[in-house]
Amino acid sequence: MNIWFSYHWHALVLAFKRLALIPFSTLLTLGVIGIAFSLPAGIYVFLENVETLSGQFSGGPQLSLFLKLNATQVEVGKIESFLKENPHVASFEFIPKASALEQFKKSPGLAGVMDGLEGNPLPDAFVVTARNVSPETLETLSKALSELRQVEHVQLDSAWAQRLDALLKLGRLAASMLSVLLSLLVIAVVFNTIRLQILTMREEIEVAKLIGATNAFICRPFLYFGMIQGLVGGIVAWLIISLGIHLTDEPVKHLMQLYETDFRLYHLSRGDSLIMLLFSACLGWLGAGLSVVSHLLKIEPR
Amino acid sequence: MISFSDVYKRYPNGFEALKDVSFTVETGEMALINGHSGAGKTTLLRIIAAIERPTTGSVIVNGQDVGRLNDAAIPFLRRNFGLVFQDQKLLFDRSVFENVLLPLQISGFESKAATRRVRAALDKVGLLDKEKARPITLSGGEQQRLCIARAIVSRPSILIADEPTSNLDMEYARDIMAIFKSFHQVGVTVLISTHDVELLGDIPQRILTLSHGELTG
Repeated sequence: MNIWFSYHWHALVLAFKRLALIPFSTLLTLGVIGIAFSLPAGIYVFLENVETLSGQFSGGPQLSLFLKLNATQVEVGKIESFLKENPHVASFEFIPKASALEQFKKSPGLAGVMDGLEGNPLPDAFVVTARNVSPETLETLSKALSELRQVEHVQLDSAWAQRLDALLKLGRLAASMLSVLLSLLVIAVVFNTIRLQILTMREEIEVAKLIGATNAFICRPFLYFGMIQGLVGGIVAWLIISLGIHLTDEPVKHLMQLYETDFRLYHLSRGDSLIMLLFSACLGWLGAGLSVVSHLLKIEPR
Repeated sequence: MISFSDVYKRYPNGFEALKDVSFTVETGEMALINGHSGAGKTTLLRIIAAIERPTTGSVIVNGQDVGRLNDAAIPFLRRNFGLVFQDQKLLFDRSVFENVLLPLQISGFESKAATRRVRAALDKVGLLDKEKARPITLSGGEQQRLCIARAIVSRPSILIADEPTSNLDMEYARDIMAIFKSFHQVGVTVLISTHDVELLGDIPQRILTLSHGELTG
């Protein structure tokens, strides 16, 4: 245990020393990794913000429930009690056909049209606000409502929210594809950095092997080296996103005030940040591992 | 104990570096491998250290068949040896102290004990006052002694030196040989290759003579 710890400590210290020996190239590598990570992670943060924002704007999704023209008072009462008992319904409002006609007559463009009609062509209607924003809930609710007696038509007023949701899903897909590509880029960058390290340290590696170093002993500092690069690259990405949020926070706040909405930009949550850092460290380790397997293990003392 | 029996070493280009070599060096014994340049001295030592494998025949070191050892076991075999190389193989980007420390780091030594051992090894070869120096600033003889310090710091049971005195003038060479003899006196098995037998002085010593890959005496 003690020996194990001292081996790893030795490797970690060595990895830091080697990073410090080439400060300029280390900074460049970290920059590349940081930028590569900040792109997909930044897009993710952007999408999360848009989603939160869209939730605030729709102010709870609404459904319009149009009844058949011949619906009786009793039937309206039944629908009312159904709405009261349904757990997905937050609130509802009954609009009788007479008041609907009144509203129509008041709106300037349509007043003339209504005058030419005999009787009232408008049905009784309910405006229902759902308790939940999710498209799935809305779908179930609208299906349940349309199956009620004397309901002619259910219209989802927040269809735009669904469209936005679909768009966000597409955006997330694009972000994941981008992160796969950029992850490969990070692996390639670390792979190459480690390859150069191994080439310049060939002599040292040979000597170490001659005096009884195991492959694990020689590989370890390189693996730490890659892991540190990945981890610090992840931190750089996090800082880039923070900077982006810091710079856009005020303008966004101003814009939202114009829409009379109070909205604060959301940063990566603690959990998400941790996952990103772990992921970047793993990629660094993986890149270093591949490099070590394909270059270092082939070096034998001559 | 090092034991060769019917060892051949043939390179892919057809050159036979060793032909039917058999000998045994007992534990604690000191032996010199003598011969002209190209006689196979270096090849013989490289086979002992598992840097090369024999084509046929068996090489037993401390009860292990070196030729059949799997790759993972080789590092642990090498920890039995102190190796002194003809071209020294010092690391010029680290200090004298760090060069000697390397074998102890490899075997996972605790750092305080390691420091003591490094100082003791440097003291033995007379380089204690140069522990902070870079190897490049040392003279040829000092570099050779540094290489010896690195070989002995982990207190190996077998010391193997390939032409440790070549490129050194007579006085330095005698110093170096005296250091090896002192290890032999404390029970270390010592195997040295050299083309210069005069260095031995008047002390009788076992000599293995190689000529064109064959043991002649």
